[in-house]
Amino acid sequence: MIQPYASFLLLLLLVVANAVGMIAASHLITRRRPTPVKELPYESGMPPLGDARERFSVKFYLVAMLFIVFDIETVFLFPWATIFRDGGAPGTGTGFLLVEMLVFILILAVGYIYVWKRGALEWD
Amino acid sequence: MTFFLVSSIAKVVVVFTAILVTVALTTLVERRICAFIQDRLGPNRVGPQGLLQPAADGLKSLLKEETLPVRADKALFLLAPAISFTPALLTFAVIPFAAPLPTRWGDVPMVVADLPVGFLYILAISSLGVYGVTLAGWSSNNKYALLGGLRASAQMISYEIAMGMSTVAVLLLAGNVTLSRVIAQQQAGGWYVLSLLLAFFIFLVSAFAETNRVPFDLPEAEGELIAGYHTEYSAMKFSMFYIAEYANMLTASALMATLFFGGWDIPFTSWDNGPPWTLAKTLATGAVFCVKTACFMFLYIWVRWTLPRFRYDQLMALGWKVLLPLALVYLTVLATAVWYLKEQLGWAYGPAFGWALFGLNAVLAGLLFWWLDRGRIVSGSVARAEGEV
Repeated sequence: MIQPYASFLLLLLLVVANAVGMIAASHLITRRRPTPVKELPYESGMPPLGDARERFSVKFYLVAMLFIVFDIETVFLFPWATIFRDGGAPGTGTGFLLVEMLVFILILAVGYIYVWKRGALEWD
Repeated sequence: MTFFLVSSIAKVVVVFTAILVTVALTTLVERRICAFIQDRLGPNRVGPQGLLQPAADGLKSLLKEETLPVRADKALFLLAPAISFTPALLTFAVIPFAAPLPTRWGDVPMVVADLPVGFLYILAISSLGVYGVTLAGWSSNNKYALLGGLRASAQMISYEIAMGMSTVAVLLLAGNVTLSRVIAQQQAGGWYVLSLLLAFFIFLVSAFAETNRVPFDLPEAEGELIAGYHTEYSAMKFSMFYIAEYANMLTASALMATLFFGGWDIPFTSWDNGPPWTLAKTLATGAVFCVKTACFMFLYIWVRWTLPRFRYDQLMALGWKVLLPLALVYLTVLATAVWYLKEQLGWAYGPAFGWALFGLNAVLAGLLFWWLDRGRIVSGSVARAEGEV
């Protein structure tokens, strides 16, 4: 049971070592010759105007919040889908599981329609 | 135990090398195919047919001078490529790539780690890649990079939902999240691309968006954002983003082959489906898996050099207003169909079950494409062509 995780750890070790090695190798081999202009942020050859970390569109926060809601819904669907075909625990049956999920998706759909009608999915 | 360790280390090293070599070759193949599509020759000077071009590119990026913008957040700036690179190469671990290999000490499953959580592992690890992209965009302290990083994260999380929902359909039929079991189910009851056609369609579109490839390459739209989140990166750190992108593509291709095209299953024969395992079976199934994956890699490249890019609002609208409700409705219809076939008609899962679902999917797909088109593209272009004549 635990064995596959051991091979996964081996791969993780190899990949992380490789990532660190690549960054380190490139850092050690090459010599940096910094000049003030070279170290400026690249803005198509213009001197950069102001700072990059200004306020950005609130839409991105909205997408992140909606993502959390709907992703968790997906997470709830995974265990349901896994047991659905074989009818779950003895005496439950596929029909019961189906109704259960339909109720769940219906509640989800109400929220989804609300979000859509409030214009949270518009991007302009 | 010793045998397990030795075989694990061998598999880990082989898979890791194979991914990196495939990624290197894909960069060359992409440039050659792109050149072919644009009626050029492409890189063909370094080695026979330009085969050593990736090696030359790798050496070049290793020897290039690193830049480190003064205003950047140094620690995160260094960390971001590693965060992007690591999950990209880790996701492949649970994908079985051939039939088990028999040895004198026992069968070796041809998968790095056949985790019981299988598919959930892929969803979990592959979504970590978004941290690398976002951190790269933010830590660079460059307006283009920041915009690219924001766009990338919003896009990736949006399409992750549609992708997750489409795979729920696979689990519905497979009844298991371990990928080797999913493949076994497809060997018995037919490939899921038939019985889950629409789920495959949703997965395909989401996979393109998840890997930030054309037509969804808004995060690095070169006409407007220079290079997006990796504008400030140079030398090896830039290469790592590049490797991560192609490794993600490879994993997505392998995943499509595994979930919908039977993984290493050889079509039209049951010779490869069960024991006794032989070396010939392992090699043949491995080759078939490579061919399937290569087809999807080619599709990625073909689409990139054929289609134009979406606008950002169109991209978000497609994800949230088309794919997400589509996946939900599809899941409901599919679950009802499975319940009807199983409980009302009393069918057991098998080829007939798969064909019945295929019929349902074909009807749904016809309706969907008729609605998506709405006389705009297919019939619209026919009308235009007739009008001009």
